Amino acid sequence: MSAVSTTGTTDPSRTALPSLGAVYRTRAGVECKEFFRQRESVVFTLVFPVLLLVVFGAVLDYDLGSGVTFIQYFVPGVIAAGILGASLQNMAISIATERADGTLKSLYGTPMPRSAYFVGKVVQVLAVTVLIIALLLVIGAGFYDVVLPSGADWLTFAWVAGLGAAACTLLGIAVSSLARNGRSASATVTPIALVLQFISGVFFEFSQVPVWMQTVASLFPLKWMAQGLRSVFLPDALAAQEPAGSWELGRVALVLGAWCVAGLVLCVLTFRWQERGTR
Amino acid sequence: MTSTSAVPASTAAPRPGEPLDPDAAISVRGLVKRYGTATAVDGLDLDIRRGEIFALLGPNGAGKTTTVEICEGFRDRDGGEVRVLGTDPATGGRRWKAQLGIVLQSGAGDSQLTCRELLRAHGSYYSDPRDPDEVLELVGLTEKARSRGRTLSGGQRRRLDVALGIVGRPALLFLDEPTTGFDPEARRQFWSLIRSLRDLGTTMLLTTHYLDEAEALADRVGVIARGRLAEVARPAELGGRGRAPAVVRWTEDGVRRSEATATPTAFVRDLAARFPGEVPDLAVARPTLEDVYLQMIGEDRA
Repeated sequence: MSAVSTTGTTDPSRTALPSLGAVYRTRAGVECKEFFRQRESVVFTLVFPVLLLVVFGAVLDYDLGSGVTFIQYFVPGVIAAGILGASLQNMAISIATERADGTLKSLYGTPMPRSAYFVGKVVQVLAVTVLIIALLLVIGAGFYDVVLPSGADWLTFAWVAGLGAAACTLLGIAVSSLARNGRSASATVTPIALVLQFISGVFFEFSQVPVWMQTVASLFPLKWMAQGLRSVFLPDALAAQEPAGSWELGRVALVLGAWCVAGLVLCVLTFRWQERGTR
Repeated sequence: MTSTSAVPASTAAPRPGEPLDPDAAISVRGLVKRYGTATAVDGLDLDIRRGEIFALLGPNGAGKTTTVEICEGFRDRDGGEVRVLGTDPATGGRRWKAQLGIVLQSGAGDSQLTCRELLRAHGSYYSDPRDPDEVLELVGLTEKARSRGRTLSGGQRRRLDVALGIVGRPALLFLDEPTTGFDPEARRQFWSLIRSLRDLGTTMLLTTHYLDEAEALADRVGVIARGRLAEVARPAELGGRGRAPAVVRWTEDGVRRSEATATPTAFVRDLAARFPGEVPDLAVARPTLEDVYLQMIGEDRA
């Protein structure tokens, strides 16, 4: 340590605070560095879905009819699961960790606009989501004859993935407030996500899941994300195998939109910058 | 250690019912905070003047951190008035926070960012941040500029917390037990950093368990006990320390002798006349800050 050499305190009333845009850019950079430099989060969120695709693709090699292989059915499901991991699981664990170790409290004590914290998180989720979709598409198209969407299907792809990611991000932020720390968030959210993946048509054809489990799955976003993405990747002939006999894109939008609203309300009601019981 | 800053002649705490001091960096009247049925802060009055270093002392659970975190805007209060740089912390916005630097007891958290990246990001929330490398130099972490936050040792991490607290060039710096985990040399370096910040006009509210630290740094100390300020005074005068009799110790005829006296200079002069050369084992001592502090806390607990 040495003596302070430069000028002293300034009068902030004479100096403008940094613009929202500048702070948003800073936070986006901080969040992306925090994510990509942490090996656990990268392996868990990015590598795991790719492994699932490769392993399931090698093991479950059968025909679903209409010239569709299981792996082609599996790709939209694993993309939906990848989005769930990049948004809900990632947010729940990282925010619970940052709340428990004091990062959030420390930020609250700075003039950082509070919205910047959430903007940074959203940008990070978007970056990870785009990356994971690209990875899965490249591997699916390169090794498993997955047909990439064309024309208007890209539009459907974009809104289903976007709306699903938004709903799951908001839910993840809300769920983070229930956990005591990152480890307890992980221990709670990971098994729930796994069960949802089993009953929502990710690992098995949704039509093979018992009806009561289908009903449970229909309450959560993952089933609707997977269904909406199947409409993008599978020929329309396969829509007949869905429980409703169609892709139900209107209902997909409705349910995911409802979860966005519910997630937002939960976030506003439950978000805390400090650990419980310290106010 | 003597203070050079301009602290007015009256060093005592404000009297209950006195109006808020509009010129003070921090002005608190009748502050009350309850947790359930327990009252953590019970009618606390406090003024901290611009430019001074004020140390808040007190045993664990006395209400130090609660008081500080209400001033920082982290906690709600149940009663009383608080102004920090003229603003009520309960309603303080970005512009108000931009004038504060906060070193929390719990630290600033883990990070995968390097020290330099963290300081750059943190500084970018403020209007006129210090240069990250300059701040690293100030806290003695220049060699760790490219190390990630979570790889630092406990003491290094605390210095990073302090660096994050001053990167925004604050007018008022809160330091909640800043030197916990420091080795003696790092503490001395930290003290000189705090003194240079004071010379730049930074007001500081320090809480600490180290009484030598309070004595070395603070212009005034306040002892908080059971949610109230028991006394506010210059470190040399706390608990009547300045007027307390000095104890003179020496050895005479092979026997350790001691004498409590209000006039130690005259006593030592007389003593010196009785010996041909040096007075063997001569020592003159006043009660230490720790002595009077422990006495005040003990009385309060009785």
